[in-house]
Amino acid sequence: MKPKFGVVVFPGSNCDHDAYYSLKKVLGYDVNFLWHKDKDLQNSDVIILPGGFSYGDYLRTGAIAKFSPIMEKVISFAENGGNVIGICNGFQILLEAHLLPGVLIKNDSLKFVCKDVYLTLENNDTKFTSVANDKNVFRIPIAHGEGNYFADEKTLNELEKNNQILFRYSNENGEISKDTNPNGSQLNIAGIINKRGNILGMMPHPERACDPVLGNTDGQFIFESVAKNLNL
Amino acid sequence: MKLYKATVIVKRRPVILDPQGKAVEQGAKLLGFNNISETRIGKFIEFFVNAEDKNSAEKEVKEYSNKLLVNPILEDYEYTLEEVK
Repeated sequence: MKPKFGVVVFPGSNCDHDAYYSLKKVLGYDVNFLWHKDKDLQNSDVIILPGGFSYGDYLRTGAIAKFSPIMEKVISFAENGGNVIGICNGFQILLEAHLLPGVLIKNDSLKFVCKDVYLTLENNDTKFTSVANDKNVFRIPIAHGEGNYFADEKTLNELEKNNQILFRYSNENGEISKDTNPNGSQLNIAGIINKRGNILGMMPHPERACDPVLGNTDGQFIFESVAKNLNL
Repeated sequence: MKLYKATVIVKRRPVILDPQGKAVEQGAKLLGFNNISETRIGKFIEFFVNAEDKNSAEKEVKEYSNKLLVNPILEDYEYTLEEVK
C-alpha cells in the first residue's frame, strides 16, 4: 500500500502545490489536498501543513488558521498520535495551536530571508529522520520573514533534554554558530518535534529540495522516513 | 443588553526583543530625536461587546484576548471598557 499524504490548503497557502508535486510526482506517494473548510482528513497517514501566508498572516502568523474547521481534525489526529509535518507557515500554525512549544517572531535582521541554508541533523532516531543514515548535514532552502524561534529557558532545556531539537542552522561542516544563524533563532533551532515524536515543525522547506531536476534532493529523506515508518 | 466599546492594547513582553521597535528607533536617531529610547511596537484593537453588564463584558474581552488576540508566550495585554450611551 502507498503512504497517503494530505496537504492542507488554507487561504494564502503557497507551498501546497510544491508539497503535492514533490510527494506525488517525485516520491510517488498518494496525495490529497485538504481544503481548510472541510472536516475530513480523507484517511491520510501523514498531514502536511504547508508554507505560505495563511489568512494573510493577520494578527500573528498562524493565529487564525488554527481555528479552521480542518484544524480541529488535524489537532485531534495529532493528539491521537497521527503524523503531522508543519513547514514554515505550517510550523507557525503548529506553535499557535500549541501542538509544539514556543513561538516564531520576526527575523532579527528584520528582513525576509530566501536562500539555501545548511542544517545539522541532531537526532536521526525519529520517525521523520530515520533514513538519513550517516548523513548529518543537509542543504535545504528557507524563505521566511518570521522564523526566529523563541521559547523560555525551561522549554529550551526540555527540548534539549528530550532530543526534540531535530535541526539546527549550521555551516556545511555541521559547525553551529551565530554566523550560521539566518534569523536569530535561539540555539540555532530550525526544526523541532513534540515529545511523543509524531509532530514535526520546521522553517526550512524540504519539499523544495526533492526533485533532482532542481539540483538538490536533500529534503527527500524527511518524507521517506515518515513514509517508511508507517510500516504499510 | 448594553453595548460596550472595548479597546485592547497588546504589548510584547519586556523580555522579548522587538526588532521592529529597534528599527523605528534607529530612524528616530537619524531624525535627531536623541531623547527617545526603548521604542516598542504593539497592537491596538477595538471592538464592541454586547453584554448584560460590565462584568460579563469584561469576561468576554478577556476570553477573546486569551483565545485569539494575544499569544501569552510573546505578549501581554491591557484593556479598557466603556458603555456606549
